[in-house]
Formats: sequence, C-alpha cells, structure tokens
Amino acid sequence: MSAPLQLLAWVPALPLIGFLILVVTEGRLGKLPVALVGVGSVGGAALLALLVSLRFVQSEQDVYVQTLWQWLAVDGFGPTIRLYFDGLAMVMVGVITGVGFLIHLYATGYMAEEEGYSRFFAYMNLFVFAMLMLVLGDNLLVLYLGWEGVGLCSYLLIGFFHTDPANGYAARKAFVVTRIGDTAMIFGLFLLVRELGSLDIQTVLHSAHASWPEGSSINTLIALLLLGGAVGKSAQLPLQTWLPDAMAGPTPVSALIHAATMVTAGVYLIARLNDIFLLSPAAHLVVACVGLATLLIAAFSALAQTDLKRILAYSTISQIGYMFFALGVGAWSAAIFHLLTHAFFKALLFLCAGSVILALHHEQNVLRMGGLWRKLPIPFFCMLVGAAALAALPLTSGYYSKHAILLTSFDAESIGPWFWGVASVAAFITGLYSTRMIFLVFFGTQKTEPHDRSGWNMTLPLLVLAVLALGGGWFGLNAVAGVLPDGGVKHGEHAAWLAWATTLIPIAGVLLGCVLYGYRKTESATDAAPQPLRGESIAGFLRGGWGFDSLYDALLVKPFVALARLMKGDPVDSVFVATAAVARLLHKITATTQSGQLRWYAASMGIGLAVALLLAVLV
Amino acid sequence: MTAIPVPLDHVFVLAATLFLIGFTGVLVRRNVIFLLMSLEIMLNACGLAFVAAGAHWGAPDGQVMYMLVLSLAAAEAALALGLILQMERRFRHLDIDAISELKG
Repeated sequence: MSAPLQLLAWVPALPLIGFLILVVTEGRLGKLPVALVGVGSVGGAALLALLVSLRFVQSEQDVYVQTLWQWLAVDGFGPTIRLYFDGLAMVMVGVITGVGFLIHLYATGYMAEEEGYSRFFAYMNLFVFAMLMLVLGDNLLVLYLGWEGVGLCSYLLIGFFHTDPANGYAARKAFVVTRIGDTAMIFGLFLLVRELGSLDIQTVLHSAHASWPEGSSINTLIALLLLGGAVGKSAQLPLQTWLPDAMAGPTPVSALIHAATMVTAGVYLIARLNDIFLLSPAAHLVVACVGLATLLIAAFSALAQTDLKRILAYSTISQIGYMFFALGVGAWSAAIFHLLTHAFFKALLFLCAGSVILALHHEQNVLRMGGLWRKLPIPFFCMLVGAAALAALPLTSGYYSKHAILLTSFDAESIGPWFWGVASVAAFITGLYSTRMIFLVFFGTQKTEPHDRSGWNMTLPLLVLAVLALGGGWFGLNAVAGVLPDGGVKHGEHAAWLAWATTLIPIAGVLLGCVLYGYRKTESATDAAPQPLRGESIAGFLRGGWGFDSLYDALLVKPFVALARLMKGDPVDSVFVATAAVARLLHKITATTQSGQLRWYAASMGIGLAVALLLAVLV
Repeated sequence: MTAIPVPLDHVFVLAATLFLIGFTGVLVRRNVIFLLMSLEIMLNACGLAFVAAGAHWGAPDGQVMYMLVLSLAAAEAALALGLILQMERRFRHLDIDAISELKG
C-alpha cells in the first residue's frame, strides 16, 4: 500500500473535524473563521479525494480497502468500520466533495446575511461526513449509519429557518416520509443478517449468488425492502411528496442535499447491491417501473409549478426517476453517469436560482420574475447552460447520460419500446419545462427590480459548475466499468432512426417551449397575481403534484390524527382506572367499621361470638 | 356434716352471669381502669366455670386451666397497667372514647 492511498480516511475525517470545531465553539467565531473552517474542511477533503483518486487510478488496482477498526463483535456478527474505495465510490466521493466544496463556497456568500451562519456550516459539514461514510462504507451497517446521518442533516437543514412553523412542518414531513423507507430498509438488512449472516457488502453479494437461486422469494423480498429505503431517500413514487416541500431550506442546501448528493443515495444503494436485484428479475422490473412512473409524473408537475425552486425540485425527482429507470433496465453505468452529470447541472441550476432569488429579495414566484437576463448576466448564462443540460441538448453533459439511458431502455426485454416511448415523452416535457423556466425568469417584461449582490465567492462556483455541466459528459466514466455488471456506459447498436429520435425529441420540446413561452411579451406588467388560464384546473392538479399530498392526507394523516384524538383520553387505561375505583369503594365501606372505638370492637366480637355459638347450637 | 354439692347448673349460671356483667362493663365503662377490672371479672368467670366442671367430673384439667387463666390474668394486668400509665402520660386522661387514633 502506498502512502497517499491511506489518506482516504482523512477524506471523511476532515468534514467531521470541521463540524466538531463549529459545534464546540457554539457560534462564537466570527464569520471569516467559520467560513474558513466550514469551506476549508470540505475543500481539503476534495483535494485529498482528488489525490487519492489519481493515485488509485495510477495504481490500477480494482479496489482499495482501508480497515479503521472493529465496531463491535457479537456472536459471529462483527461489522468493521472499513473504507471500501472502488470506481463507484470514487465517482460518488468526487461528486460529494467536489460539488460539495463549490456549494459551500457559494453558501459563504448566500448565507452572509442570515442568522446562524456557524450553525449552517456545522450542519453542512456533518452532512458531508455522513454522506461520505454512506458511500465509503464497506458494510451495510456503516452505510446505514451514513444513511441516517444524512437524513438527520436533511431534517436539520430543511428546518434551518426555524422561526417559521411551515419550515418545521416541511422538515418533519421530510423526516417522517423518508423514515417509512428507512424502516423498510432496516427490515431488509435484518433479513440479510438472518439469511446470510453478514452485512459486509462483498460477502453479501457473493453469498447471495451462492445461496439463492434466481428469482427466489426471499431474495425478491429483500430487494423490494431495500428498494423501499432507496425510494424514500431518493423521493421516488410513492414517497416523493417530501422533496418539493424540502425546498423550505436555504438554496445551497437544496443544491447539495436535495439535488446533487443525498437524494441520489438510493441510486447508489441499488447500484452497489446490483447482484441482489439481478438475482430477482421481478424486483428489478419494479425498479424500472417505479423510475418510469416517477419521471413522467414529476416532469408533468414541474411544468405547472410557479415557484422556481419547486420547478427544480420536481425536475430533480424526474431526473432521479431516470436514474432508477436506468438501473431497472440494466443500464447500471448510465445511471451512475446520469447521477454525475445531474449533480453538475442540477447543482448549477439551484445555485443560479439562489442568485436570482437573492437578487430579488427572496422572491421565488416565477410569474413575478422576467426580463432579468440583462441585469443578471452571469446567472442567466449559467442557468441557460444548466437548463440545456437538463433538457439533454446535444453536446451538453445531460445529453450523453440521458441518451445512453434511453437507448438502453429500448433493448429491455419485450416491453423495451414502450419503456423508451414513455421516457421519451418525459424527455420532451423536460425540454418544455426547462424552456418555460428560462423564459419566465429571464425574458419578457421585468416585474421586480433585481439587486445583484453576489461576490466572487458566489460567481466562481457558478462558472465552474457551468463548465462541468457543459463538459461533464466527456468523462465517459470508465471508472465504474469494473464495478457494475454492464461494464461501462454503452450506447449499443441501434437503428439510426432511434438515435436520431432520441436526440431530436428533447429539442422538439425546447422548440415548442420557445413557441409557447417566447411570444408572451404582450403580457401586462401588472399581472403579479396569476391570471386564470384555460386548463387551470389541470394545471392546479399538476402543481399540487398529482394530488398525492391530499391523497396521503386523507388516507394516512387524517385517520391517524382521528385515532390519536380518540386515544387522547386513553380508553384502554379506563379498565385500570375502574379497577382502582372499585378497590377504593370497597376500602371506603370497610374503613367505616374502623371507628377507633374500643367498645365497638369489643361489641362486634361479642356479637360475632354469640352468633357463632347460636349457629353451633342450632345446626 | 356432709357437704351438699352445689349443682353444676347453678355454678354455670353464676359464671355466665359474672361473664355478662364483665362484658357489659367492658362495653359501657369509659374509664380504662374500670375496663380492666371488668376484664378481670370476665376472666374469673371463665376460671370458675373450669374449676366447677373439673370438680364435677373429678378431672384435674379444670384446675390446670384455672392456673393458666390466673397467670394470663396476672400478665395481662401487668401489661395493661403499663399501657394505662402511658395513656395517662400522653393524653392526661383515661377516657377510652376520647382516643380513637386508629379510626379508618
């Protein structure tokens, strides 16, 4: 083992140290030291990750394992804290530390005016640490530790502006909904321990092959339970409702946690445990269907949103849907590739949105924006790049990854063309809503006066991410080829018409968007309130996310609240209360005989004796 | 002169009468000392019944039982007098009705 590879342990350790420093000082540090610790720790981790990755690629080994210590040892079950670094982990660590560093840098400017500057960076550093443990863990228990850690940080950061109760509600919603998935996942882990006796990922994958025939029911059950965890964390159908509300958090949080890293943890989990899903074709098909349904539904919802961040939130759900879809149709590498490019362009879009929102004094309604491209040229240019990548226009990073996914889906058994068709419709819609967003925010009449307040620390991350969103597709991602079963991103042999159609469909969406939203310059400048449009009821339905919130409200929340209200008086307890009441009544009756008068006792004894004697004589 | 034995029934009636007198005393007196004296009467009524029955059937058991009752009465008197002293010290009176600390 060469020395630089052992620096791997310091990659997660640095953000943890940063978090500890920020927590121990309890916000007594000034803004500059906080920024230095908060950004420096993640920057250092990014630098170390880069060094380790370079060394790792040079060394040409498949995997580097660094054992830190034994966690616990109970009766043959002994999870170790061990870092497992392979191509997949390398990509994830690169995204987390690299994009994470840029977002931290941006946040120093974005959060400059806010309360709790130190608290913010403490949470962010803790998040980066937990996320790194999630992707580096060699053991599913360590992975689960990171999994819950990022969930906690997500909760803390969504509710960061804690003075508004609505933010606290959004945070609780995110926590509870992801908890449903996490519960499924922990049951899956329990089953794995029971069946295979280990949580070590490599051991699990090997012994799964050895002990289960293809399509065995226990394997399918475990795969579905793990999928439940992934669905919760990655905001896929049917647990997608928390992500749009999670936009209550500060925008850098949305960029880092709810776009680039945490929500893709589910994709990572399935990609890491690919053999479990390969052994169960049924569960594997479910993954594809969940992704397909999500990407379509979320794309339509994004089309109708009026809140800039919610557009991006639904777009994120939709793009992660593409990743799940890719995993489900066997395009494993393409899914991770899309994860990578999505991290670039979606982080870019969120940070641009943050710049716009900050310049407009926290105005998030796109209907009150417009005509900003002259005033905010850098966010405009960067958002254009991000939207182009999101819409998968040729030569952008999003094009390469989405193209690979769509083409591979065509090859899926028996229903491939259907898969391809539905996913292409969503790609068309993606082009449409990307264009709508750009036109509503940057073109048309100006409705709010912007004040550009971004310094270099906010502009630089935008430019770097814009370059990555444009050129990120040229990475080609050979790194995961050795890890994932499909051996790298493949475009396959397809008819020319298919490749052309896949390329042209998003462009058609963008063009239609230009036609629909580009000629709206005649709108009056006073329509701050959205005017009633034709099809408003459908738009409202889409805006509400297909009514999932009200459905869950009626199905789960209302009955639960009613039950809680019923139980408030604790009806079960009344049995015990009644028992106590009867005992007390009996006590009262018998206590009256205890008069404390000696003669009364003596008389009772005498009378009792007389009665007893009388009975003895008579009977 | 020949002794005319007292019929057993008479002795029992006497013993029962004495017992009831004592019992009535226990029930109606308020002074603890009189209570104690009434108890002694009751005990002696029992003793009389035992002795009479023992003499009538020529068995020593009656006298043995009387010895037992006698020693019991002595022990009881010693204890009760001690209690009465304590009562006098604490409550400054000997009225049995005025103390009802054990009322439930």
